[in-house]
Amino acid sequence: MSKLRQIAFYGKGGIGKSTTSQNTLAALADMDQKILIVGCDPKADSTRLILHAKAQDTVLSLAAEAGSVEDLEIEDVLKFGYKNIKCVESGGPEPGVGCAGRGVITSINFLEENGAYDDMDYVSYDVLGDVVCGGFAMPIRENKAQEIYIVMSGEMMAMYAANNISKGILKYANAGGVRLGGLICNERQTDKEYELADALAKRLGTSLIHFVPRDNVVQHAELRRMTVLEYAPDSKQADEYRQLASKIHANAGKGTIPTPITMDELEDLLLEFGIMQAVDESIVGKAAAAA
Amino acid sequence: MSTDVKTRNQELIQEVLSAYPEKSAKKRAKHLNVYEEGKPDCGVKSNIKSLPGVMTVRGCAYAGSKGVVWGPIKDMVHISHGPVGCGQYSWASRRNYFIGVTGVNAFGTMQFTSDFQEKDIVFGGDKKLDKVMDEIEALFPLNNGISVQSECPIGLIGDDIEAVSKKKAKQIDKTIVPVRCEGFRGVSQSLGHHIANDAVRDFVLDKVDGKASEFVSTPYDVAIIGDYNIGGDAWSSRILLEEMGLRVIAQWSGDGTLKEMEATPKAKLNLIHCYRSMNYICRHMEEKFGIPWHEYNFFGPTKIAESLRAIAALFDDTIKEGAERVIARYQPLVDEVVAKFKPRLEGKTVMLYVGGLRPRHVVGAYEDLGMEIAGTGYEFGHGDDYQRTTHYVKDGTLIYDDVTEFELEKFVEAVKPDLVGSGIKEKYVFQKMGLPFRQMHSWDYSGPYHGYDGFAIFARDMDMAISSPVWGMTKAPWKK
Repeated sequence: MSKLRQIAFYGKGGIGKSTTSQNTLAALADMDQKILIVGCDPKADSTRLILHAKAQDTVLSLAAEAGSVEDLEIEDVLKFGYKNIKCVESGGPEPGVGCAGRGVITSINFLEENGAYDDMDYVSYDVLGDVVCGGFAMPIRENKAQEIYIVMSGEMMAMYAANNISKGILKYANAGGVRLGGLICNERQTDKEYELADALAKRLGTSLIHFVPRDNVVQHAELRRMTVLEYAPDSKQADEYRQLASKIHANAGKGTIPTPITMDELEDLLLEFGIMQAVDESIVGKAAAAA
Repeated sequence: MSTDVKTRNQELIQEVLSAYPEKSAKKRAKHLNVYEEGKPDCGVKSNIKSLPGVMTVRGCAYAGSKGVVWGPIKDMVHISHGPVGCGQYSWASRRNYFIGVTGVNAFGTMQFTSDFQEKDIVFGGDKKLDKVMDEIEALFPLNNGISVQSECPIGLIGDDIEAVSKKKAKQIDKTIVPVRCEGFRGVSQSLGHHIANDAVRDFVLDKVDGKASEFVSTPYDVAIIGDYNIGGDAWSSRILLEEMGLRVIAQWSGDGTLKEMEATPKAKLNLIHCYRSMNYICRHMEEKFGIPWHEYNFFGPTKIAESLRAIAALFDDTIKEGAERVIARYQPLVDEVVAKFKPRLEGKTVMLYVGGLRPRHVVGAYEDLGMEIAGTGYEFGHGDDYQRTTHYVKDGTLIYDDVTEFELEKFVEAVKPDLVGSGIKEKYVFQKMGLPFRQMHSWDYSGPYHGYDGFAIFARDMDMAISSPVWGMTKAPWKK
């Protein structure tokens, strides 16, 4: 057995983290890798395409039913999907109550203590939008994910989020072993998207590991709760994910400590590519009618 | 005090500060001083966050609300909302005496907690709180209300205790008071007192407005505010007020009830003993109901007589005569106590370090026994406490705010008082130094110390500590 690789996908909400990660992991499974996916989002939809079903019994919902997490057995929460990929969802409270961050910590500890990671080649964490609190940073702490892949696009806010996540990684990189594996650009068809993503990657001290083009087949597969790899294995898009999977597979130990940039530097970058006009300070904060 | 003592105290402060790193010394220097006669305050900063790394004896906001203000209201059930520890380890730690049958109509010495588990943190504790209230209602139907005392996690996970309280109050038709006294708020228990006072205002006093009441007023109705009835203090205070002709319609919160709290706006005068923990609600009642308030001091015959006369001055001649009658009636007791103990205690010195009002209020009682205060300080006092302290202490007295255990130990070593009066955390340190010690939070499980009857017990206890033959029997091993 090769050494366990723990990876995690982060990125702005709605950027396509879960879709990208599941397709990539399906491609890795096609390469005979044994994979465990840990969904760290209270919505529990990180394994939907692999399992063909949404929201299996989550660690936290079962723990709440049983009384405490100590009363759970690992078999209760593990589900098997495409190519025997093991899936587990942390789950969490409904929006607006309790502490989802604490839920992530509880679930990950439970999985580790109960040997969910034994005999695996890959453990992949799929974490919700932003590292809003300590709980959602859990997967990047010591002895958890060593490589972080940030899913982003050429949109300003996605790049902003990527930079923010890099700051989170930097914080833990010095204390533990977490590294930035690279950026994955999920095409939104914005202007000069590839160039911009590539430039941002260089500024962050990493590389643009893959540029995933936009293709409607992803949508078609999702409607069937499937990955593209399973729905249309011969499509061009399936090949893109295979390429991404091989690159990640070959990327072991090549992660870097990110060099996040300031907000001003980020804006300069957009200026440089002509995406943003130089700001006329006199118009800042003025409504259309007033201008 | 002589110039020698003043200089010694000033040097002592410098010496103690020299042990700290520069930044800490600079900060602590503002909390230590020697009182200068004629100054409007004690010249120390207060109500500031304690330094990391020092040993402070301060509590938290939860301690201030649950432990001090709300806990003694005997006919209500106070839920320690959150994990079990806060309630368990503070369980019955103040001896707030009460009359009632525990578990039937009085709940002060019981511990109620929602006992948070991991799942309550993750999924929120609102449903559990709802259930706890149902269980309380089923098991203890004679409770007159419930308060929810928030522990830290409640504030972190944002549980909506107000919504649950509102819903359940309607359902079971009783007063339910949510209190946002999470321990991480503020710098000490002091903010907890304030938060608890605000909860009394919002969920008790504001709700009685417009409620039908059978209350029949008299011109002599007063309320005792800020007496926690430690060892029966409120009882030995109350009889004096009643003997002079006043009617005590409410007692907060020692041996207190929800009904009494609700009746308080009917008082003609609020009499406040612990200013620090209850001034907020007195100010509110003054603004909203026009009830004046008066601070009194029932420690030691001099201050008792002074206070009785000052209270009486706010009423008619019958009360004024009543006050004189009470003072005269107890004079033989006072004379007897002073005659017995003063000769043994005369000239002895005391250093104090306590909480709300005692660092100043007990000074008179010691002086009545011929004793002197060499140093005093507050755990969680504010500027107004140190202003009030000037009426009690003499020139040259050592003043220490939020003193660290290190500082207090060094001060006591140098000043060599005959008695130290502080709390349980200090007790054994000083007794092992061979110094007489009395706990001045819990009265060392004795009391009451308030009122004339309390003074007799106070005098006996101080004498017992100082004159005990045990101090003559200890011998340091290095002294042959």
